[in-house]
Amino acid sequence: MSQIDSTTPRKILVLGATSGIAEATCRIWAAQGARLFLVARNAEKLAAVATDLRTRGASYVDTAVADLDNTDQHPTLLAHAVNSLTGLDVAYLTYGILGDQAKAEQDFNTAAQIIYTNYMAPVSLLTWLANFCVQRHAGTLAVISSVAGDRGRKSNYLYGSSKAGLSAFLGGLRNRVDREGVTVLAIKPGPVKTAMTSGMKGSEKFADVDAVAKSIVNAIDKRQDTLYVPFQWQPIMFIIRNIPERIFKKLNL
Amino acid sequence: MPTASGTTPELNFRTPDEQFEGQAPFESWGRYPNYDANVVPLHWQSDYPAVASGMHNGVLPVGMGRSYGDVCLLNGGNLLVTTGLNRLIAFDPETGLLTAEAGITLAQILDFAVPRGFFLPVSPGTKYVTLGGAIANDIHGKNHHVAGTFGRHVTQFELVRSDGTRKLCSPTENSDFYAATIGGLGLTGLISWAQLRLKPIVSRLIDYEGIQFHGIDEFLDLTRRSQDIEYTVSWIDCASTGKNFARGVFMQGDHSTKRDMLTPSPKPKLVFPFDAPGFALNHLSVSLFNTAFFHKQIHNRVVALQDYEPFFYPLDKVLHWNRMYGKRGLLQFQYVIPWESAREGTITILKEVAKSGLASFLAVLKVFGDVPSPGMMSFPKPGITLALDFPIKPDKSFPLFERLADMTREFGGRLYPAKDAAMTAAQFQAFYPQWQQFARYRDPQLTSSFWERVTGDRPGL
Repeated sequence: MSQIDSTTPRKILVLGATSGIAEATCRIWAAQGARLFLVARNAEKLAAVATDLRTRGASYVDTAVADLDNTDQHPTLLAHAVNSLTGLDVAYLTYGILGDQAKAEQDFNTAAQIIYTNYMAPVSLLTWLANFCVQRHAGTLAVISSVAGDRGRKSNYLYGSSKAGLSAFLGGLRNRVDREGVTVLAIKPGPVKTAMTSGMKGSEKFADVDAVAKSIVNAIDKRQDTLYVPFQWQPIMFIIRNIPERIFKKLNL
Repeated sequence: MPTASGTTPELNFRTPDEQFEGQAPFESWGRYPNYDANVVPLHWQSDYPAVASGMHNGVLPVGMGRSYGDVCLLNGGNLLVTTGLNRLIAFDPETGLLTAEAGITLAQILDFAVPRGFFLPVSPGTKYVTLGGAIANDIHGKNHHVAGTFGRHVTQFELVRSDGTRKLCSPTENSDFYAATIGGLGLTGLISWAQLRLKPIVSRLIDYEGIQFHGIDEFLDLTRRSQDIEYTVSWIDCASTGKNFARGVFMQGDHSTKRDMLTPSPKPKLVFPFDAPGFALNHLSVSLFNTAFFHKQIHNRVVALQDYEPFFYPLDKVLHWNRMYGKRGLLQFQYVIPWESAREGTITILKEVAKSGLASFLAVLKVFGDVPSPGMMSFPKPGITLALDFPIKPDKSFPLFERLADMTREFGGRLYPAKDAAMTAAQFQAFYPQWQQFARYRDPQLTSSFWERVTGDRPGL
């Protein structure tokens, strides 16, 4: 059942607003007349996204240019965003990097960068956001993790392990804040057709970003805990998680 | 190549770090010819021209690849796919002026505009084309006789040249580049954004009327009597001879003035699932199809209220309907012949098509009006236009096409580059004598397989 009062526009903070999935999701919210606060690194891209969402009917759009790897800035940035929105109904964390797996296998600094961006920085943001929401006994934290976090594979285990850490963090956080009226949604997309994946082998078969966005909006409205998207990934990952290690280690995945 | 949204993806446990390397096939809608190219998607206006600056072997901006032949192909070159540039920039609900990045599709524009009471000023037979592609091919629709081409409703756009210069183009500013880019086949630069004048509607519905006709004279008579109706088009049976020669169904409609729910469109569900085998299309199956279509309309005249979707985009319901023609693909052939010889030319060409036995399922007949296009290289001019498509049979199709193109030339007509894969350089240069003047506006880094074919060289490389 939807918990959303459809008459007041929702107040939504989007961290990583220029990612393909974020942009598609925000278009749905904009058409509903939401209030949006958008954060991204690149000012020019952020302005293009903000203009698009205003034109599509968002009742309020504010932006901040920030590098979210800079965790020292997080409290100031988040406080500013919440003030600008005059509250917070949904915080949507969509940013992350794939990184260079081959390089990360040889070079710890590359590995550390992937882990920092995909795990450490979200932990910093979510700590502040969860405490803010707990105080008010309301809010949804919707975070994009990945199916890649469900089991490490040789082709992308650095990206995968950073997302595995994030998924475990979200599970623990949910366990802590659920009784306080705060929802934590872990979103696990399979490969999606976006700027991040364009040019990859087989990318024409990746999931359509608009369909993925629709599922995410729906899962937030229903206060779901976990979303595999497209839904077929849930049984697939169930099987992949349960392949015995002595077989799994021989596979080329 | 980009596919329409809403399809279920095949599951594919790909690793995110398997970067694509080298060349990939990019198919045009006709699936002929087959060329490989380096396909690079653009997601931000700021991507261009930086991404193009280091590229060799030519560059061509492309959208949804719905052109049939090779105007959207560049053999061995670089295709910059613009569909990621699909953001809105401004909309004025008073005037209907919409400004958007040029990779937005007409389907996306309709999803935005119809619930707000606006519609495209000109619409082609598919909504899966981009705004930039609609300008570059200066497309036309069922309302050409009253509204002219798409380009007439484009109030301004930005053209980015590969050297980084940006030109604001409108009828009054950089008007020479405005004229060269409308119908300019994507060769004058990248259209980064464009402003379009939408038209108000109060309903999704179309007041529709379908009327059977027998022969070109009945068609012309119906055309004369429907001058005040906004949309008219005819389907014609090009397989029949004798007393059924040139029979067809004349279809006309206006936007309904009864106020109605203005809702967005549902996503298409049917997908043509496989490449049809070659034997599925032959003279018999085409004749049966055409006879069935003609008699589908049981009564001589049908009046109905119809949603705009089936009225404008009957084939969009089936994604990838081009697979119906098998792997070898299809050729389109569309001419316009001016009034002086339009009747005689149409009859002569229809007879030649019927005689060849290479019949077409989708023969579309329409009259172009005299509203001038702003485009230097635009295809439409006053007269009769006929569009035919044929499955490719190498030994038979191309000789037929050459004969039809020569007939078109003798009757003073010309062919539509967006639908062509076969005209010769000599034919093109006779159809579009202004091509050398146009060539002065071409961006030196931009070219297409079509342009190489019809000008006989690969200039600037």
